[in-house]
Amino acid sequence: MIGRARVFGDDVNTDYIITSRRKCESLDPQVLRHYLFEEIDPAFAKSVEPGDLIVAGKNFGCGSAMEVAVTAVVGAGIPAVLARSFSRTYYRNAVNNGLMPLICDTSRVRESDRLVIAAQSVHNQTTGEIIAVERLPKIMLDIIEAGGLVPYFQRHGRFP
Amino acid sequence: MAGKTISEKILSAKSGRNARAGDVVVCSVDHALGTDGSTPMALDYFAAMGGRRVFDPSRIVFALDHYAPAPSRATAQLHQRMRDFAALHGIELWDVGEGIGHQLMVEAGHAAPGRLVVGADSHSVTYGALNCFATGIGSSDLAAVLMCGEIWLRVPESIRVTLTGSLPGGVYAKDAALALAKVLGADGANYQALEFGGPALPSFPLDDRLVLSNFAVEMGAKNGIFDNAGLPASGAAVGPDPDAQYIREVTVSLDDLTPQVALPHQVDRVVAGTEVAGTAVQMVYLGTCTGGRVRDFHQARDVLRSGGGVARGVQLAVAPASRKVLETLTSDGTLADFIAMGAVVLTPGCGSCCGTCGAIPGDGVNVISTANRNFKGRMGNSSAAIYLASPASCAAAAVKGAIADPREFAS
Repeated sequence: MIGRARVFGDDVNTDYIITSRRKCESLDPQVLRHYLFEEIDPAFAKSVEPGDLIVAGKNFGCGSAMEVAVTAVVGAGIPAVLARSFSRTYYRNAVNNGLMPLICDTSRVRESDRLVIAAQSVHNQTTGEIIAVERLPKIMLDIIEAGGLVPYFQRHGRFP
Repeated sequence: MAGKTISEKILSAKSGRNARAGDVVVCSVDHALGTDGSTPMALDYFAAMGGRRVFDPSRIVFALDHYAPAPSRATAQLHQRMRDFAALHGIELWDVGEGIGHQLMVEAGHAAPGRLVVGADSHSVTYGALNCFATGIGSSDLAAVLMCGEIWLRVPESIRVTLTGSLPGGVYAKDAALALAKVLGADGANYQALEFGGPALPSFPLDDRLVLSNFAVEMGAKNGIFDNAGLPASGAAVGPDPDAQYIREVTVSLDDLTPQVALPHQVDRVVAGTEVAGTAVQMVYLGTCTGGRVRDFHQARDVLRSGGGVARGVQLAVAPASRKVLETLTSDGTLADFIAMGAVVLTPGCGSCCGTCGAIPGDGVNVISTANRNFKGRMGNSSAAIYLASPASCAAAAVKGAIADPREFAS
């Protein structure tokens, strides 16, 4: 997986990813994607391209457990989020929707760096740095590899 | 082998495994809450998963609390969809006006010692006050619970929070919660459990415990669980082993606390209220799953009375956490006091707190609120600034039209 880094700071909460108000209007990720990060980066939604990677500091996705904060990101074609840490509800929701949450040291990644995601590391092609990534437990990998909880349940019908 | 924390014990019992911090286990859920903020999406997931029958409808409850009453046709339709699904599958549903799901889970007795209770809303951590493992989940997780009654959970490490002493006059559980958020930070307990105990517990009532457990998620915690000390005896109560392993231990000396205020736009930007005294406020909000219970309104009313009512230019919005709270405030005269002082009374629910309906502040307005979140735009206007404080501190601000020390208004 290769993508362009889109860099955010620490403590980006779910209301900043997509405001609670927007989900009153629609739950459709293809609608919500147009309002991604509108509170903190109004230009983001227009400039995002499929394959872009979100790169954040600590505690990404804190606040509400609302799942549209993940599905709107998936809807924009973003396959993975790299962060120093995630709020646990965002992390769960990401796994359950097939969005790869990668815990790693993001401090030296800059906007628009080209990143190559491998199994246990991220290669920053722009700077040459190899960044170690925390390994996901098996059940989470299984769910992500299935494409999320929906295809996982379609296949297995229940948890192991 | 070392002993277990309360969370490890409950998740062991619910998974049938010897669950230790760091393990990922599949657990059987005792009760699950879905709100109108999360359930419509869960129903989409349920249908996509191929769901036809709900695993055990008696373990599920829906609350229409985030859009109460529905502010638009689209949200009214979300409600209709939930009502239809609940009726079809025999699921309990708390309709518009019944109140905030978290408060109703406590009132209905669904949250009880030793249970595993989940809710598709981050403030489901509130029920930890009752010695159950309670955590917030997403819509897809709720769909899986509808399908099979189970959930995957990583067993959290626990931070032991020892409460000592007792709260001084004019200082409340909310001040303790804000002080703890300042110490731990907004992600200080990320992926972890807060386990509350200590000598203060026997005289730390349930309403106070609910505030601390509710706030656990503002420090990133997975759950905020209380020891059962001081609550009515129950065979199901779970305490930690004496040699349980904690990742961190923190002591909160209640005796030493003063009124606290969280500054915009972060819950852990907490200062002593005296440091920001005099900051003008134009809107005061009393309500939410943190500060919308009977005692909260009594404390606020007492300060308002003692201070001579609401200052000119201040909008006071009041939203009881449930119909039962509203009924109590009606029958004991508190509501009439608020109305006489010019308060706007809102439908029991979540609306104003998350900006989905209710009282929305104007541009540049400073709000002081009994809620748990003050993110930019949280109350529906990103040009407003939200301060968080205890009901008494909020009432003191309503009296002065500016942040003030509630201890000045001790009755």
